[in-house]
Amino acid sequence: MAAHDNTLLSVLRDDEATLLDSWLAATVGRNASAGAKAEAQELLNALRTSLQAEDADNLASASWSSTRKVVDRLSASRAAQGQTAGDVSAFVLALKLPIFAALQKRLGQDSATLLDAVISVTTKLDTMAQWTVTAFQRSREDIIQRQQEELLELSTPVIKLWEGVLAVPMIGTLDSNRTQMVMEALLQRIVETEAELAIIDITGVPTVDTLVAQHLLKTVTAIRLMGADCIISGVRPQIAQTIVHLGVDLQSVTTKASLAAALALAFKRTGYTVTRS
Amino acid sequence: MYRIPILQMGSALLVTIQVDMEDQTALQLQDDLATKIEATGASGVLIDISALEIVDSFVGRMLASISGIASVLDATTVVVGMQPAVAITLVELGLSLDGVKTALNVRRGMQILQAAQDGDPRGH
Repeated sequence: MAAHDNTLLSVLRDDEATLLDSWLAATVGRNASAGAKAEAQELLNALRTSLQAEDADNLASASWSSTRKVVDRLSASRAAQGQTAGDVSAFVLALKLPIFAALQKRLGQDSATLLDAVISVTTKLDTMAQWTVTAFQRSREDIIQRQQEELLELSTPVIKLWEGVLAVPMIGTLDSNRTQMVMEALLQRIVETEAELAIIDITGVPTVDTLVAQHLLKTVTAIRLMGADCIISGVRPQIAQTIVHLGVDLQSVTTKASLAAALALAFKRTGYTVTRS
Repeated sequence: MYRIPILQMGSALLVTIQVDMEDQTALQLQDDLATKIEATGASGVLIDISALEIVDSFVGRMLASISGIASVLDATTVVVGMQPAVAITLVELGLSLDGVKTALNVRRGMQILQAAQDGDPRGH
């Protein structure tokens, strides 16, 4: 182990209390909570343990994995408190100054060792700050992923409108994932309920391009293959214009302007009449 | 080789496919069916594929060509009970089976055949 690393370790060991105090004072303020103190202490301990290892200069090595875990945990708990990635990395980087001060006090005139030690500390703390950002981003991405999946499931309910008539109100942009889910859910319900008519309502679909139209046609074809009929309702005037301008052929599909018109047609096809008493 | 049985019910022929179709089985069925329609003078063919869980493009094309052959021999073909997974697969394969009549179950299929015989193509 190099001389500067030895000095660094002894600084971390001997001046621990001073380091902690000035670190916390620089970040969370004089009256830091017990939780913040414990977190700082834990990070400092982990850092010291990793520095003692043979391959302490290789931050990707196994000896740093425990420190990395501590950093990940710190980011997660700070994120839950509503702090930003910047706050957390600033917290880690704020450890530099107290360590520099302690090193300077100890090494004094030995500027060569001092420089080496400063470079070593800077490299390590910079990498740790990067870890916090990575951990932060990963936890955010997990949340986005989960929400996306929930949204996908939420937005595809199959409703039984009448005996033998099912309806799917589509909301949001139709991509191949959404179409696949809607198709599967709808076909499954057709098998379960033996419904002969399915209405796909696209009132909530903001735009229809050639790809969306193709997805719709696929769904309609699959429904027809199962032996049921399909009506597409909720075609807004702008969408009708877009479809015609794009040259999409919807001739083979029954389309209606509103869900009410589609339901009326469904009644007619299944032989029901609506009367007012 | 497995041979799919063809049953006669009144003026209709009933085919229930209960095994995963191999190409040879499919060709044999197509052959048998054509012979049987000619021999019995059946006016309708009902193919129940509710037990079929795996299809390939060959079987999909076979369904279309059986329907075509039957219609040349003046019989209506109805494919009934297609599973959702099978329907999705056929659509993804680009086989929309235009011109093949479909129904949800055998009961509805029989209604369509009956209606076709009575001269109402809509099945009501």
